[in-house]
Amino acid sequence: MLDEIVRFENVGLRYGAGVETLADLNFTLYPGSFYFLTGPSGAGKTSLLKLLYLSQRPSRGVIRLFGEDAVTMPRERLPGFRRRIGVVFQDFRLVPHLSAFDNIALPLRVAGVRERDLETPVTEMLDWVGLGDRASARPATLSGGEQQRVAIARAVIGRPEILVADEPTGNVDPDMAIRLLQLFEALNTLGTTIVVATHDIHLLSKIPGAQMMRLEKGMLADPTGSLRFPPRPKDQRQ
Amino acid sequence: MIKFFAIPAHDRRLIPEGRLSGPMPWVIAIMIFLTVLAAAAGLAMTRAVGDVSDELSSRATVQIIEANPEVRGRQAAAAAERLRAMPLIAEVRVLPPEEIEALIEPWLGTQDLADDIPLPALIDLKLARVATDAEYQTLRRALAPIAPEARVEPSSGYIAPVISLVRSFQWIAFGLVALLALATAAAVIISARSALNTHGETIAVVHLLGGTDQQISRLFQRRIALDALLGGIIGLIGGAAIIWLIGTQLTALGSGLVQSVGLDWWSWLIIAAIPILGMFLAMVTARWTVVGALKKIL
Repeated sequence: MLDEIVRFENVGLRYGAGVETLADLNFTLYPGSFYFLTGPSGAGKTSLLKLLYLSQRPSRGVIRLFGEDAVTMPRERLPGFRRRIGVVFQDFRLVPHLSAFDNIALPLRVAGVRERDLETPVTEMLDWVGLGDRASARPATLSGGEQQRVAIARAVIGRPEILVADEPTGNVDPDMAIRLLQLFEALNTLGTTIVVATHDIHLLSKIPGAQMMRLEKGMLADPTGSLRFPPRPKDQRQ
Repeated sequence: MIKFFAIPAHDRRLIPEGRLSGPMPWVIAIMIFLTVLAAAAGLAMTRAVGDVSDELSSRATVQIIEANPEVRGRQAAAAAERLRAMPLIAEVRVLPPEEIEALIEPWLGTQDLADDIPLPALIDLKLARVATDAEYQTLRRALAPIAPEARVEPSSGYIAPVISLVRSFQWIAFGLVALLALATAAAVIISARSALNTHGETIAVVHLLGGTDQQISRLFQRRIALDALLGGIIGLIGGAAIIWLIGTQLTALGSGLVQSVGLDWWSWLIIAAIPILGMFLAMVTARWTVVGALKKIL
């Protein structure tokens, strides 16, 4: 088992010729930990998550993912690594012409899971997010909250080693937000490392063991209160 | 190839398909229609040139130019006898005067020409094989003591300019086939890029969920290959109908070179393979375009 799952060393990200969106990021994420990534709008949370789920390469620095250098990794190897990462996108990014069932089944199909082995996990996942009766509904006919739950179900169905979620509770009511966080926590107890980017400071208290990373103007800042920076392994926490 | 069509239904649904719904199959149909016509023209001319060349390269004509009809007749008979004895000559036929008159009738009319114009005696030779220039010289030397004014003309010489012209048309036809293949590939590139733009978001999601370039490009390959095949079949049917119609009309003309313009079974086989070749061209082009575009994203 890896003693660290992600490590950023002096990572910077610049889009085009503009200023650096992210600068001098140094942190380590440990397996089985739960992290909140907070910060004001435009601080670079989504950009940092993009680096984490391999949608972007950094302009400088080193990113080690699952013990390997993700910056110089050949492009052909990236799909295999992406399958180990679950992503809940801020705008859900559901495939509009596929049903909720097919959207949730998508990561398994991409990974080559046989059709007869899909039915049970996808149905269970639909029930898990409370959409058991909406399996054949297309995204356009689902409410914002339902779409978000489909996006979450799709992100976790492949039992990823890391789950990256960008504002996963932004479109749901407080009760559903807590329920979804509990789902993440359940997944976390099974060993998945969770990184949740959120504006909602109230969520932080809902996961007692979670650690916080705060981004400001593209740089990690020391958080206030009981949470600490940089994060450290779960077994070293007080 | 079967692998491309064996994509599971749920994967196919990732990129919605509609047979003959977009312009692509119709563009391919027009391209294949034109390709079939150009290829048929090229193949028919190849056959015609081949047939005529084979026929004429083993034929020759001996003209005996002598004003006195009696001497001319004697010389023609003696020359024919001498020629029959030569191993190079397979067949000798002295053309009767009526046949010679019939040959020049289109130019000089139907009057009794033999009395007014001293027409040469003509001996049609079929050679045992294609003769070399040296063998023609030997023939001329053999005839010189019998008929000093005899001229030996290889038949291929008469029609060489026509053959050369037909060959030019033949290369133009094959050039057109190549240009149409390029135009088809260009149409496929435009179509694939358009499909990539239309389904860009779906592709990005599949990509981020761990889909490989091969998985994504297969979806496009399959769709474009089927469009190309359908369009190709339509184009082939249209093109074959036109070829058949033209063939019927040429047969009705019933004259020389024109009549030999036709298609062998293997020519039809090549023409029938055009939609399949078009489909492969479309598939390879689509794959190249899609993989190229995917490589631009991480």
